[in-house]
Amino acid sequence: MYGNDFGPADAPGGGLLGEVEAAEEALRRAATRDRRGVVAESAEDLPAYFAGVIEADQKIEPRDWMPEAYRRTLIRQIAQHAHSEIIGMQPEGNWISRAPSLKRKAILLAKVQDEAGHGLYLYAAAETLGVTREELVDMLLAGRQKYSSIFNYPTLTWADVGAIGWLVDGAAIVNQVPLCRCSYGPYARAMIRVCKEESFHQRQGYEILHTLAHGTEAQRAMAQDAVDRWWYPSLAMFGPPDSDSTHSEQSMAWKIKRFSNDELRQRFVDMCVQQAEILGVRLPDPDLRWNDERQAYDYTQPDYDELMRVIKGNGPCNRQRIEHRRRAHADGAWVREAAAAYAAKRAEEQEKVAA
Amino acid sequence: MSDLFEFVLRLGDDALVAAQRLAEWTSRAPEMEEDVALANIALDQLGAARLLLSYAGELEGAGRDEDALAYLRGDREFRNCLLVELPNGDFAVTMAKLFLLAAYQRIRYDRLVTSTDERLAAIAAKARKESAYHVDHAALWVRRLGDGTEESHRRMQAAVDEVWPYTHELFTTDESAARLAEQGVAAAPSTLRDEWLGAVEPVLATATLTRPADGWAPGGGREGVHTEHLSYLLAEMQVLHRAHPGARW
Amino acid sequence: MSERTDLSPLWEVFVRARRGLSHNHVGSLHAPDAELALRNARDLYTRRQEGVSIWVVPAGAITASSPDEKDAFFDPAADKVYRHPTFYEVPDGVAHL
Repeated sequence: MYGNDFGPADAPGGGLLGEVEAAEEALRRAATRDRRGVVAESAEDLPAYFAGVIEADQKIEPRDWMPEAYRRTLIRQIAQHAHSEIIGMQPEGNWISRAPSLKRKAILLAKVQDEAGHGLYLYAAAETLGVTREELVDMLLAGRQKYSSIFNYPTLTWADVGAIGWLVDGAAIVNQVPLCRCSYGPYARAMIRVCKEESFHQRQGYEILHTLAHGTEAQRAMAQDAVDRWWYPSLAMFGPPDSDSTHSEQSMAWKIKRFSNDELRQRFVDMCVQQAEILGVRLPDPDLRWNDERQAYDYTQPDYDELMRVIKGNGPCNRQRIEHRRRAHADGAWVREAAAAYAAKRAEEQEKVAA
Repeated sequence: MSDLFEFVLRLGDDALVAAQRLAEWTSRAPEMEEDVALANIALDQLGAARLLLSYAGELEGAGRDEDALAYLRGDREFRNCLLVELPNGDFAVTMAKLFLLAAYQRIRYDRLVTSTDERLAAIAAKARKESAYHVDHAALWVRRLGDGTEESHRRMQAAVDEVWPYTHELFTTDESAARLAEQGVAAAPSTLRDEWLGAVEPVLATATLTRPADGWAPGGGREGVHTEHLSYLLAEMQVLHRAHPGARW
Repeated sequence: MSERTDLSPLWEVFVRARRGLSHNHVGSLHAPDAELALRNARDLYTRRQEGVSIWVVPAGAITASSPDEKDAFFDPAADKVYRHPTFYEVPDGVAHL
């Protein structure tokens, strides 16, 4: 069970997918809940109304009044999330052409396609806040908005596709499941959709690694090497430690964010230990051990200096990833212009017919 | 080799190589929505390829499955048409290739639905719906690029001119294909061209494009004599599988 | 003004999940015209057989996919079982996956 903001009736299924379903159910129930007495009904006092909606665990919707900082925070977070999906297509896309069986090729292609879809859902959610997708894409290409730093690491072997599915998607889901309960309606709904689809991503990664870890000696070595390289960057995905995190407190109050970076990171580590045992791979942390007192695993923190270097643009693949996206965008300009010109011609014809 | 094995291999290799090329667009499409659409079409082609290659392996009876056929044959053993192995080029070339190929595949699968071979008929029944969608999608872009801007018109016309000669191979009937036609398994390729022209020409006209004249007709793919491009495509596709003989994935 | 807003306006997408249900709003997308919007909606919002009919709505206009196109439009997703998490074999005893 995750946090303390939902009762036992909230968890119809087990595991993360169950939590997503619970969030969806909570969203439906909150929508019908009587809010009188909690919300100041005065239409004049907009900030009080906003606070009341948040307090009642209901959703803020696009046309509602909201503090400017809430809007800006959401735009930044949703855009970064959308950019991450789009840039995240590259490291795994790198292996589609070389996938070692036709079944794996189909699965990987479908997965990378999903990431494009998730990026689009999220851009659409951001657009409800009064920003256009074009503006957001421009900011990404100009380096003024970030994407998750994890995608600045290279995929060197096929096992990396497995490690990304298991660890990177696993960390992403731990991060994202609470977002299904985010106070902003369009974001919460987009996240419910994304999380349901993501659970297939994590499982395909786990299955790839499981097959490799039970395969030939070369395959086993490939699996271990990938886990060795992706473990700490995955832990770093939860962001800087709570003591250094700048955005957390206000976002928690607004129910945009519902757990701290360190809480989520701990939860991820606790999940991975048993999964690694069944896989038969070793997590590369000699100090990883169960702490009976905390009822959680002690673990070695990732190198946050490295995280800061990658965020600042100096990871192994930052330049390559952005250049790839810029080129796709530039190369496609003439196609987008043609489609618009065609649409304009057709609209003009219709007007003539009507006149 | 039986005629039926040969025929199923030809269909399956067309779909497989087309899928491999379309998948190269992933994360590179002109618009993010189109990235999703191209992946859908690649997945359809790949799905058809898997069904067909699995069936080919069973017909052969030598214990080869879809992966053995996809990953462990050299380029001289592939039976796809040259059209699908041509490089993607720009988006106009890719749409020209897809449009002309899918229009052929739709008719091919349509006819196969009544094949005396039940397995082929079942595969075709599924694939023809997908092909109809591929034709729609490609035609939609051929119209937009042909009748869009000056630049897009120039590119689309150049693309159609470039790939048109490679379509003749789709409609060439060799002895093996002729025997299958006699048995009622699969219509002779040459009998499909009129219907194909009937589907293709109106779209080109609406798109303000000139239908290229027939002339040079490169071929050889059905006998395993390919362009220089296929060997590179296969080298990339097969590298990991071949590096670990006998491994499971 | 940005390129996209001029060239490729936003469309709202409504999907009828099954016969007997009404169309529900599922999200939005960009497209220069209705035809492309509909295709994009099919590819983006019905990858997992989520629908039997789609509406795309620009400001004030509604366009729906016609019943005749249903087969080619929706059937291709039927065989893609690998999109659903239950397709994957998870070894016994693995939690939180």
